[in-house]
Amino acid sequence: MQSQREYVLRTVEERGVRFVQLWFTDVLGTPKSFAITPAELENALDEGMTFDGSAIDGFSRVQESDVLAKPDPKTFQILPLRPRHSDPDASSVARVFCDILNLDGSPFEGCPRQVLRRSLERAHGLGYSFYAAPEIEYFYFASSDPAGPPKPLDGGSYFELTVADLASDLRKRTVLTLEDMGIPVEYSQHEDAPSQHEIDLRYTDALTMADTVMTVRLVTKEIAQQEGVYASFMPKPLAGVQGSGMHTHFSLFEGDKNAFNDPGDEHGLSALGRQFIAGVLEHAPEITAVTNQWVNSYKRLVMGYEAPVHVSWAYNNRSALVRVPIAKRGRSESTRIEYRAPDPACNPYLTFALVLAAGLRGVELGYELPPEASSNLYSLTPEELASEGIRPLPSSLADALTAMEGSELVAETLGEHVFEWFLRNKRAEWAAYKREVTPFEIARYLPAL
Amino acid sequence: MDPLLVFPDPPPEWLTGVLDAAAYPWRAVTDAIMAGRFEPEDGWAGAVVVAGSESDAGFLLCRALRKRESALAPLLLVVEKGQLGELELREDLFDDFIVAGASVAEVEARLAHLFWRTGRGKQHDLIVYGPLALNLETYQAALSGRPLDLTFMEYELLRFLAAHPGKVFTREVLLSRVWGYEYFGGARTVDVHVRRLRAKLGEEHAHLIETVRSVGYRFGSVRWLPGSG
Repeated sequence: MQSQREYVLRTVEERGVRFVQLWFTDVLGTPKSFAITPAELENALDEGMTFDGSAIDGFSRVQESDVLAKPDPKTFQILPLRPRHSDPDASSVARVFCDILNLDGSPFEGCPRQVLRRSLERAHGLGYSFYAAPEIEYFYFASSDPAGPPKPLDGGSYFELTVADLASDLRKRTVLTLEDMGIPVEYSQHEDAPSQHEIDLRYTDALTMADTVMTVRLVTKEIAQQEGVYASFMPKPLAGVQGSGMHTHFSLFEGDKNAFNDPGDEHGLSALGRQFIAGVLEHAPEITAVTNQWVNSYKRLVMGYEAPVHVSWAYNNRSALVRVPIAKRGRSESTRIEYRAPDPACNPYLTFALVLAAGLRGVELGYELPPEASSNLYSLTPEELASEGIRPLPSSLADALTAMEGSELVAETLGEHVFEWFLRNKRAEWAAYKREVTPFEIARYLPAL
Repeated sequence: MDPLLVFPDPPPEWLTGVLDAAAYPWRAVTDAIMAGRFEPEDGWAGAVVVAGSESDAGFLLCRALRKRESALAPLLLVVEKGQLGELELREDLFDDFIVAGASVAEVEARLAHLFWRTGRGKQHDLIVYGPLALNLETYQAALSGRPLDLTFMEYELLRFLAAHPGKVFTREVLLSRVWGYEYFGGARTVDVHVRRLRAKLGEEHAHLIETVRSVGYRFGSVRWLPGSG
């Protein structure tokens, strides 16, 4: 700890860092930050910076509103967002992720990073480390003006090679900036829908990855903005085309060994891996309100757009909720599961914490994995689905909240504070949505009724 | 800095532990011939020679190193407690001595003092390898003069690897030496950090950290091959 602190302080001095941004995340996954000067940094590292939490979504409490932001020195990073090549003497800005603490130094129960830390520590106690690798989809639009439908920048489609395409250039610059920040990108590509892009990250431990997702969203938006373009992680910004998901690959390691892997199994999947999947499936409806937390999230979770609609799993079926990609021969360490429900507008800390908790519950209680969904689920009738025992995912935020409300697993994982605040906040969002009369209704009903 | 000559090969584990912890690059040799063959262009930064109680090989090496055209200095001799008597009339063979099993702090202090006296060694605490430079005093790393923005653990890993060019480390060794045994992320953490470092080194220099299949990682190539200087 001492040398990490020393490293941060020396780097700030040597590199002429003028401001250090303290980053943290509210309960809904919105990035928050405030800047401090190098003079304040030493104290911040030792004791944390006091601020009024009542203005932050999900941080407010009845008696006490002051909380502490304590930098995690491991996450200290100089931001490469400004081109330094042109002006090497330009002063640098650095960021550091913070844990939120109560004034007495104990973890603050409303801090999403703490929620994930708690889950990871539990897994660690059982001998496991938890890794995540998300595929983040998003759109580039001409602007964020809500007055009309968003305007895509191009009409390109999957893997299309478009010359002199501004959007592809933006994505490339985003990837290079991320690499400069030590965030390895597996690959990036143009997605199905117009102006839709995808950045796939290489796996890392779930806490670092949740921090990374926050960074990716920020860097993507910032670089787009430099060109007067708007990058959006909204789950379903355009009707009629595919929405943006954040399919995430998860794996559990026991020391150096991939606990999901069993070389003796036909598909390389271990008994523990099966129980983990069974846990995720069993509790999927309960955690959907968090993995898909907006009214709009459920416009993505509809038939026909490669988004999951049913609680199911398969080795290679892109309509399933959990996919188990076949590991390449001899690559036992790459056995993993892909959870396809989350969208890129979720809170990654809470999402990763819940997937881990659900999976571990399956392991601890020895859940039985139902049979693989062999056919395309979109083509089955509700009766056929019911006879196969396949449940639907919640189809609206309201449904998802009802499923979450009864979940002891979610309450325990999020902690009472986050659990209750989240339900209250999301019920209010649903109520506000219910009061709206949508263009759909006007177009369909006004001429007819 | 250039590496320290260390004898014997392999050196006792406590000694390599101490040298690694103090971030001294080193290379073990078996005898005076190898010492000549592996000598860096600018000469050895110094030597740590374990006298050993079984044979005179350690003292013989000291004599060879001291009788060269330019005597190798500083030379730190490591002796067993029972060997202290053997130092008599051999004062010219070494600059200072320690008793085997000394603490990291003592070895560091003695080496630092020796280097100060001879004006060599960890000057400015700099590790240079090709285009890469690490300033251990200020914790800064640069590639062809361009500063690298590293996190603390990335810096620690790069520092450790760059201090031992050509040497292959398993993930377990890296985890225990760089992170300490208890680490949250598990052994895969090493892979993850190597990837991040490569990303920051950029395509052109990513190969500085090589993957040695089914073993671990190596920084750079074997640097002090005969003839390559």
